[in-house]
Amino acid sequence: MNVLSFDATARKAWMGLLARTAPADLAALMPDLPEHAVLRGPEVGAVMVRGRMGGSGQPFNLGEMTVTRCSVRLVDGSVGHAHVQGRDKAHALRAAVLDALMQTAEAEAVENRILAPLRTAETETRALRAAKAAATKVEFFTLVRGEDK
Amino acid sequence: MYVAVKGGEKAIDAAHAWLAEERRGDTSVSELSVAQIRQQLTLAVNRVMAEGSLYDPDLAALAIKQARGDLIEAIFLIRAYRTTLPRLGASTPVETAQMAVCRRISATFKDLPGGQILGPTFDYTHRLLDFKLAAEGEVPAAPTAPASLDAVPHVTAMLNRDGLIQTEAQGNATPPDLTREPMELPTTRPLRLQAITRGDEGFILSMAYSTQRGYGRTHAFVGELRIGTVAVEMDIPELGFSVEIGEVELTECETVNQFKGSKTEPPQFTRGYGLVFGQTERKAIAMSLVDRALRWKELGEDNTGAPAQDEEFVLMHADNIQATGFLEHIKLPHYVDFQAELELVRKLRREALAQAEAAE
Repeated sequence: MNVLSFDATARKAWMGLLARTAPADLAALMPDLPEHAVLRGPEVGAVMVRGRMGGSGQPFNLGEMTVTRCSVRLVDGSVGHAHVQGRDKAHALRAAVLDALMQTAEAEAVENRILAPLRTAETETRALRAAKAAATKVEFFTLVRGEDK
Repeated sequence: MYVAVKGGEKAIDAAHAWLAEERRGDTSVSELSVAQIRQQLTLAVNRVMAEGSLYDPDLAALAIKQARGDLIEAIFLIRAYRTTLPRLGASTPVETAQMAVCRRISATFKDLPGGQILGPTFDYTHRLLDFKLAAEGEVPAAPTAPASLDAVPHVTAMLNRDGLIQTEAQGNATPPDLTREPMELPTTRPLRLQAITRGDEGFILSMAYSTQRGYGRTHAFVGELRIGTVAVEMDIPELGFSVEIGEVELTECETVNQFKGSKTEPPQFTRGYGLVFGQTERKAIAMSLVDRALRWKELGEDNTGAPAQDEEFVLMHADNIQATGFLEHIKLPHYVDFQAELELVRKLRREALAQAEAAE
């Protein structure tokens, strides 16, 4: 099996990025898939999202979200998994194949060609949203009152 | 005598066909797309997700289109759909302290770390109809300002440092799930919060308003209201670690409530909590007031007999799908039940008239 060493933190990061990305953006960057065998799914289901009481206390069930999961094996034996938000099966399949590819010698090429542009786009979207929020931050000023004179 | 009656298939088919035609409306007006509903009727989409208890904006938008804009009907469609989905698991609790906020205000502190961020709010609009919206036009881009991507701290966490506010009980116990086991009374706070967050906005609003008017008053301040996105993370057994499976937009409201102390608790501020899918601040504020009112027992407060303190009354009437189902079923055929009533009333009338005649 041709599996390169990679750490769980890095894997967590790319899996999260692939889960959050819009299906169309991923499809545009990755129109074709390498040969693979599907081990599971893609299957649409629901995940119960939990919150914390008071924002910091014990958990409670907030409501569900749709999630699609998929597992694949590449020709070299690398296994990839994906859990992505929404009901797009092609999205979950692509994310699982990418997860597997990131464990092979092609990792660097995949990172540069697909993950980096997705990450840049996400960072830009987040920065723009934060900048719009910052523009609505209230700058208080105190009026000079008569008795202060 | 009971006679089974069949029929009406043709009438029902025709009714459905007409419904589809009415849904489409005048064909000289262009058809509304699901994407347009998702993008431009966002707050309706959010309400359907919150009360449908399923975060999926595309599905909520489709449900609104199918329901011709009847939001309770749309919520019904989402509730029905979610029962068809296998449950893949449960997330770790979302960390709202790490929320990427688009709105964050406090009614208790003017100058607080992170500042007062108004976000895309209706609050300071004049509520005058804007006829410019009746014409198509370009919208100018919203202004931007240099921003920090740091998380903004919770106001209650700051109050908590001084011991002035009650601390939330810690732990990671698996919470009860009313979609899995029927709700049993008395309930616990996690079950109440689940029921309220998916409860009808109008009902929760009215319950909260009743506490403000004196029926179970809780002296609430909005310590903090925040809207933004949080990451949803789930443990994946085959990986042995947790990964982000997406992100959701949430509205969180924390009330800080005056509390003079009780038989069991010292004087300190207490909390009410609201957390709702989407940008849904009326609901989140209302939820936090109702949550606080229902905590009277654990805080050792008096039960004043107010409706908002009665968990059976609140929780058993908050769900608009249950309510609609029971309310609207009475319009369906009850011919046999009514026939029995008719016979009974006739019999009673005969007896009453016979007695009156005998008395004369």
